[in-house]
Amino acid sequence: MAHTTEEVLAGLAELVTDETGIAADQVTLEKSFTDDLDIDSISMMTIVVSAEEKFDVKIPDDEVKNLTTVGEAVEFITKAQA
Amino acid sequence: MSPLVQSQGAAFTKIYSLGAARGDTAVSNDDIAGPIDSSDEWIRQRTGVIERKRSSAGEGVIDLSVRAATEAIERAGIAPSDIGAVIVATISNPVQTPSLAALLADKIGATPAAAYDISAACAGYTYGIAQADALIRSGAARYVLVVGAEKLSDVVEPTDRSISFLLGDGAGAAVVGPSDTIGIGPTLWGSDGSKWDAVGMNKTLKEAFDDREGGFPTLRQDGPSVFRWAVWEMAKVAKNALEVSGVTAEELTAFVPHQANMRIIDEFAKQLGLPEKVLIARDIETTGNTSAASIPLAMHRLLAEHPEASGGLALQIGFGAGLVFGAQVVTLP
Repeated sequence: MAHTTEEVLAGLAELVTDETGIAADQVTLEKSFTDDLDIDSISMMTIVVSAEEKFDVKIPDDEVKNLTTVGEAVEFITKAQA
Repeated sequence: MSPLVQSQGAAFTKIYSLGAARGDTAVSNDDIAGPIDSSDEWIRQRTGVIERKRSSAGEGVIDLSVRAATEAIERAGIAPSDIGAVIVATISNPVQTPSLAALLADKIGATPAAAYDISAACAGYTYGIAQADALIRSGAARYVLVVGAEKLSDVVEPTDRSISFLLGDGAGAAVVGPSDTIGIGPTLWGSDGSKWDAVGMNKTLKEAFDDREGGFPTLRQDGPSVFRWAVWEMAKVAKNALEVSGVTAEELTAFVPHQANMRIIDEFAKQLGLPEKVLIARDIETTGNTSAASIPLAMHRLLAEHPEASGGLALQIGFGAGLVFGAQVVTLP
């Protein structure tokens, strides 16, 4: 079943917390993964693979490079579910 | 007309012994952090590397190979002349031809053994073990020397932030021979050339020749893509290698993955769900990533630190530029 934008954000925040220890309430739509949350490329890939499993979507390597902010990731996952 | 004869070898094979040689110079993170605008902390956090061993100018990849091979042969208790084939896995032979293996065979007195190099990057050693196993069981050789040898400091770019700072120099050697019991399980190996660009040299030799000021080709990688493949795709290969060997994770004594990056090793072990008791090789911490040499070097160190592991089962898996991969369960010598 498709998840709403709010559910994707909450789920993604949970994955970010699991991988990095960053508090879930810090993971908001406008935040940049690298500049604001200080997530490195390897942690980002771990989060991406976990997100693929959690939301049953495919996020290709080339697409990962375009997902700069949390909002962009949430939008991609939400659309990819459709 | 005489009937044609086909050779037949030993029923089973095993690794008799290992040998190791690391570059003669310890290079700290602080030593290399400047040109990549980085720090000891940044490098440790992203790679788990504290220092890498590199060779000084006078130490070539052949010198590392001879040191490692000599130790392995002595420990095996065979004469160099007993060796029927010398296989060297390398991406840093300073010449495209002749092979490093032919020179090595001559220097250690393993003549006139068959000698050739394998270009399978970080999977090269596991390819070599697969070939040694097949050569011995087919009767093409009784003993095979397999060496993974690299002087990667020859192909690094100090300002590259993708891979250069991980790399070290070293050689690891194994003597493989006939056995009464199974010492080398089935090899799971393969390639995915659709990711040919993910890791490798940044230009061709011809391009370097035509643009002398641009310097020699050096290694680059698309780190995040390689990380995803190395953990999640290779975890599937590793699980299959266990399955075809008839071995469960609980039965393993050690896990010896290619020493690419500590983050890969840790995540890989997590994905495999290895029990606590399984020893995990983490030689990269002080040796760096030595490509084809990393598995035998890591296994050699693991056995030096845990001699009681000898005789137990180890899952070894190599993966790298190509992309190529190879995995097998072996009995620790």
